[in-house]
Amino acid sequence: MIEGMTALYIFMLSAFTGYEVISRVPVILHTPLMSGSNFVHGIVLVGAMVAMGHAHTPIEQVVGFIGVFLAAGNAVGGYVVTERMLEMFKSSKGKA
Amino acid sequence: MENLIEVSYFIAAVLFILGLKRMSSPVTARGGILWAGSGMLVATLITFLFPGMENYVLMTTAIFIGGVAAFWSGKKVAMTDMPQMIALYNGMGGGAAGAIAAVELLKGEFHSQIFLTLAVLGALIGSVSFSGSLIAFAKLQGLIRRPMRYTGQQYFNFAVALVSLALAATLIFKGETTGLLILIFFAVALAYGFLMALPIGGADMPVVISLFNALTGLAVGFEGFVLNNAAMIIAGTVVGSAGTLLTQLMAKAMNRSLGNVLFSSFGTAEGEQGEVTGSLKPIDAPDAGIMMAYAERVIIIPGYGMAVAQAQHKIWELTKLLQERGVDVKFAIHPVAGRMPGHMNVLLAEANVPYDLLYDQDEINAAFPQTDVALVIGANDVVNPAARTDSSSPIYGMPILDADKAHNVIVIKRGQGKGFSGVENALFYADNTRMLYGDGQAMASALIQAIKEL
Repeated sequence: MIEGMTALYIFMLSAFTGYEVISRVPVILHTPLMSGSNFVHGIVLVGAMVAMGHAHTPIEQVVGFIGVFLAAGNAVGGYVVTERMLEMFKSSKGKA
Repeated sequence: MENLIEVSYFIAAVLFILGLKRMSSPVTARGGILWAGSGMLVATLITFLFPGMENYVLMTTAIFIGGVAAFWSGKKVAMTDMPQMIALYNGMGGGAAGAIAAVELLKGEFHSQIFLTLAVLGALIGSVSFSGSLIAFAKLQGLIRRPMRYTGQQYFNFAVALVSLALAATLIFKGETTGLLILIFFAVALAYGFLMALPIGGADMPVVISLFNALTGLAVGFEGFVLNNAAMIIAGTVVGSAGTLLTQLMAKAMNRSLGNVLFSSFGTAEGEQGEVTGSLKPIDAPDAGIMMAYAERVIIIPGYGMAVAQAQHKIWELTKLLQERGVDVKFAIHPVAGRMPGHMNVLLAEANVPYDLLYDQDEINAAFPQTDVALVIGANDVVNPAARTDSSSPIYGMPILDADKAHNVIVIKRGQGKGFSGVENALFYADNTRMLYGDGQAMASALIQAIKEL
């Protein structure tokens, strides 16, 4: 169990990490990077699976189903689109 | 088993951060998505082993349907339509965060008030991101053409925002929740997302999509706390802060504040702008071709029109032809040309245009006065000199490419209409500007033909 203050520390450190990772990014990578971070929050799939896995009543199951469906779309779609965009960077100078 | 799951989530979180880090450099970017993808795969597979879970058949079905639909649409979509697909997938993530919160609220087994609060806040943010992203998708897809605005809109939206916050507070503090209250809460939150995104003009959509992306990340992070899932907390929060920074960078590139994007009505001040004098002077492709073939230096300025016309391959062919004749050709890329920062770079990369021919605005603006021909293809607002000179223009102050300082300007444009922002472009009326009317790809082919025939 992640307790109160620990949770807050994780939150703070993650926030700074995100900020650091993005700063000093060339403009050409803004769109792929937005797409990439869009993919990363597809991790919501894991949560949706857990929520649905513990759903008991029909209504919980229906909402859980919608959640898993949407999350899978986020993760898979995010990956495919990002991959296609970055595919094009192979022709840049230097090795990919 | 639980340790194995925890360790897998930890590895996934590390892979996400390293993947994002790699994606922030052109050299390692392609590897980055593979790293993040591996993390996602590990986390998803291990979750099937989560103790005490049921509904496996339904779950797998949902993953299958959602995954296949997204895979198919993501593979099929044209490069030009990428921005709206990002909006769509992002909205799905926000909706998923909302659905998680809904399931947890229906179960009503919260360990403490804090978790309940985070669940409700995540639901609110996720729902707004969901419906707002759908509007962004519809706008970029051309399903909604005009921004919808009416008097008192800001006040109405503000009122709806207050109502949704009040409902959230009721859910948090009332203790006992009913299904009806939860339903009303989600309905109002979704409505707010719609209302918030409706008045925003298409040109501002990239910034808004980036904002919704950050919001979804935050919502995922909040739901991660509720489910006690470290991978969700870390990945969600990282995206939340990275997305916020990215949103600011984009808004800055357009020289506008985020508040300005969200709450001001762009391009409604028409008629009060400084008068544009002069006339539009057309040119035909053979003349334009000769002009470019006998130039020493040519700068090509691509914009959204090039993306729509899929003209990037023809443009590269034209460039190679000019280079063979000894013409120095460069590409000038405005940070917000197209529908997203980097949009043009992606398209030109698709056509195999080498990176060293592409120049940022800061690098190239000084070169325009020594340039014989500036070829503007499908760009409009980013070359409008009114941004420099006319303080009454809605785009005043936006950094632009100084195409008007080139000796000659050729503008390839489909018709005489205004740009995406609805602002008249003084460049098109300038004495050194010639208009080449037609589809970007067709005109690029015509220019190639003209130069070959010389």
